[in-house]
Amino acid sequence: MPTRDSTSRISGRYPQATEDPSELLRELVAHLRQHRTQLREEWVARISETRLLTAMTKEEIFAEATSVYDSYVEALETETFEALQAYARNLSERIIPRGVETHEVVGIVLLLRDVLARSLFAKYQTDFEKLNRILDAYEPAANRIANTVAVGFVQERERVIRQQQEAILQLSTPVLQVRERLLILPIIGVIDPQRARQLTEQLLRGIRTNRAKVVVIDITGVAAMDVTVANHLVQTVEASRLLGATVIVTGLSPEIAQTLVTIGVDLGKMNTVGDLQGGIEQAERLLGYKVVPASESPQ
Amino acid sequence: MEVPILKQGEFLIATIQAALSDADLEHLRMALIQRVVRFRSRAVIVDVTAMDVMDSFASRTLKEIAQMIRLRGAETVIVGIQPEVAFAMVQLGITLESVATALDLEEGLAYLGQRFRNFN
Repeated sequence: MPTRDSTSRISGRYPQATEDPSELLRELVAHLRQHRTQLREEWVARISETRLLTAMTKEEIFAEATSVYDSYVEALETETFEALQAYARNLSERIIPRGVETHEVVGIVLLLRDVLARSLFAKYQTDFEKLNRILDAYEPAANRIANTVAVGFVQERERVIRQQQEAILQLSTPVLQVRERLLILPIIGVIDPQRARQLTEQLLRGIRTNRAKVVVIDITGVAAMDVTVANHLVQTVEASRLLGATVIVTGLSPEIAQTLVTIGVDLGKMNTVGDLQGGIEQAERLLGYKVVPASESPQ
Repeated sequence: MEVPILKQGEFLIATIQAALSDADLEHLRMALIQRVVRFRSRAVIVDVTAMDVMDSFASRTLKEIAQMIRLRGAETVIVGIQPEVAFAMVQLGITLESVATALDLEEGLAYLGQRFRNFN
């Protein structure tokens, strides 16, 4: 026995220099294929243990885990990452809307890496040399896989964010003409400095192209306003006046009214009316319109 | 570059056609406050459509023109401020508060016409 052991060790060490790393990877892949069911279950158990992917059901996690496992092994086998990248992107597309976070995605891939590494330790615990070489082949590939998946997820997320930002920017600032020389600018949602600037630009340009004399800015849909935005609003009102248009601001919520007075923004020059209807009525008066029911109008 | 000043009925119209130097602006101010009484004008329209930039001196001069013309018994309307210029002015804190403004010459004339019709 001792003789055999020593020869095997010698013969084990000898091919080290010539042994093809892809040969090792093949062996590794065979191992992972053979123990697929067991390793995958262990992995899923670890995922629920560490409370990752809580937004997904057990069945979903299992289904995704199976696909990830297979793609993972395939990436190890072929040493190409395009398929995995595509899968990662596809996976991200599906799970981002459900609120899955970056740390969860990175977490599960790292867990898989750990589970597989443990199984390698268990398999080669009697042959330390071989374990070393296997790990040499496995670790860079595993790291690259983790990297690919994480980058794929983040890229997809950034793409979604960019898309949404563009959509918001396009949707957020309609300048509408309701009557000759009367514009309405309904503002909905959060106003940040960038959006405030865009609103102003669109409004001033709208005043010029529509030859507006009165503008009603309705901020019913704005939940909160800070000093910067409030001052910007005041500046917009003043700039509109320089173009010869009167601005009426409507729909200041109680909260915004409180905030503005508390932070001391001077709205003295601003023409404010309670709601949009009142604002439009006042604008019509300024423009000399009189709206009467058809039955009352003199024929 | 001298700014032409046209007499149109009861109004004087000064159309700025290019970027003006500080001296040009002072000259314009002098010419306007002299002629407003000479022609017995009721109002002055300053058309700044061609001005792509308005520095603080130009804005201040416009404001002063308006104030001086009021002292000479007439009114001033500034017309044709460009949207970008308007916002830049406001950000510099120049709001021309006491001065009437209108979108363009046509609007300015309409504003004055209405104002003096109500007067009479």
